[in-house]
Amino acid sequence: MSTGRHHHKVRDSVAAALDGLDSGMTVMVGGFGLCGNAEALIAGVIARGARDLTLVSNNAGAMGKGLATWLRAGIVRKVICSYLGSNEDLHTRMAAGTLEVEVTPQGTLAERMRAAGAGIPAFYTPTGVGTVVEEGKEVKVIDGRRYLLERALPADFALVRARKADRFGNLRFFRTARNFSPVMATAARTTVVEADELVEVGAIDPDDVHLPGLYVHRVVHVPAHEDPIEFRTVRPRPAADGAAGGVA
Amino acid sequence: MSFSKQDMARRAAAEIPAGSIVNLGIGLPTLCADYLPEGHAFLHSENGLLGMGPFPFEGDEHPQLINAGKQTVTVLPGGSTFDSAASFAMIRGGHVDLAILGAMQVSAAGDLANWAVPGGKVMGIGGAMDLATGCRRVIAIMQHATREGEHKLVARCTYPLTATAVVARVITELGVFDPVGDGFRVVELAPGVERAQVAALTGAPLL
Repeated sequence: MSTGRHHHKVRDSVAAALDGLDSGMTVMVGGFGLCGNAEALIAGVIARGARDLTLVSNNAGAMGKGLATWLRAGIVRKVICSYLGSNEDLHTRMAAGTLEVEVTPQGTLAERMRAAGAGIPAFYTPTGVGTVVEEGKEVKVIDGRRYLLERALPADFALVRARKADRFGNLRFFRTARNFSPVMATAARTTVVEADELVEVGAIDPDDVHLPGLYVHRVVHVPAHEDPIEFRTVRPRPAADGAAGGVA
Repeated sequence: MSFSKQDMARRAAAEIPAGSIVNLGIGLPTLCADYLPEGHAFLHSENGLLGMGPFPFEGDEHPQLINAGKQTVTVLPGGSTFDSAASFAMIRGGHVDLAILGAMQVSAAGDLANWAVPGGKVMGIGGAMDLATGCRRVIAIMQHATREGEHKLVARCTYPLTATAVVARVITELGVFDPVGDGFRVVELAPGVERAQVAALTGAPLL
């Protein structure tokens, strides 16, 4: 009997988990800024020596950390993102012309991934109509409203972080660390998960699975992370039995 | 006299109906949350959070619980988290009732420019175009003119557009104005502000 893609997914090292991630490929990396980054896999790609990558990420790093390390290592040819913000590594390389940057509305970026993962080659959206985003795109009027045709965005690899994975690759995420990771996993030919916690099959209740394991091909257990905070905003704690606040 | 930033945020918060889903843009719009009664509205943050609460108490901040401005926040009871595709489907599908956004220019036709300054550093689009296009109502909260006195409420936007004909109401330090096509209708003036003063600082007719 032959072995399917969902046979043995757990890898014992980051290097093994990144097998086949080669120069010239399109790689999606989950995270909203530095929140929810697959830190060990990001470092592992540099160690592997892959170059000329097309990186798909909402922000492509920040504060010199996360995916900014790829920019500094010079292994990225093109970035597809929605927001550069204060990512100086991205700004300087874009200004110098050493890096091609495609800026896309964030919802269009997510939907292009969703389409790729759902077998939809392109879709119409009103986002970007009448703006620079419209340039070079087909415009269609449907029921009197203008829409842009946006194409699906697939990838060779998706590198994502999960709070918990079982050995089949069923995933759970924590709070807003989920962001682009599940939809990237659907859009990539090979999805590699860096899991904070690895559990046996059956340990996650079927109703509690955030991303079914069929979208996941490899899992590596990485218990420790830096998890930097970009903007630490807090309130002073009230003296005693204080007012009700939000819960973390 | 004119509205302070806090007055502007309070005035914008008064536009939020009870029981509504609201997305507050980065910067000044975020202040509106300080003027909402507890449980009045559900705040949506496009990075995948509904039911966003205030900043955490010192020591409670968590790197995996942030808002779209990448600030540490909290989630209130009844809140939920979801992925980016779901979050933007909420926005693009018309499920978010109101967006209160910062603006660089708003035209009399309700066109919004809030993501790029001509010749300036490209910060990116982020969720701006999706929010402006998809939310059911869009309110802009902004300074009425630049420090150099250049108009920001204009006949036609000269900055790169975010979306066309989307802004329903503009709140500035000088008052509240609705873009109605051929000009801005004066809804109210800030205390002590004269209509003539506003007219001089507005690049389209006041109606």
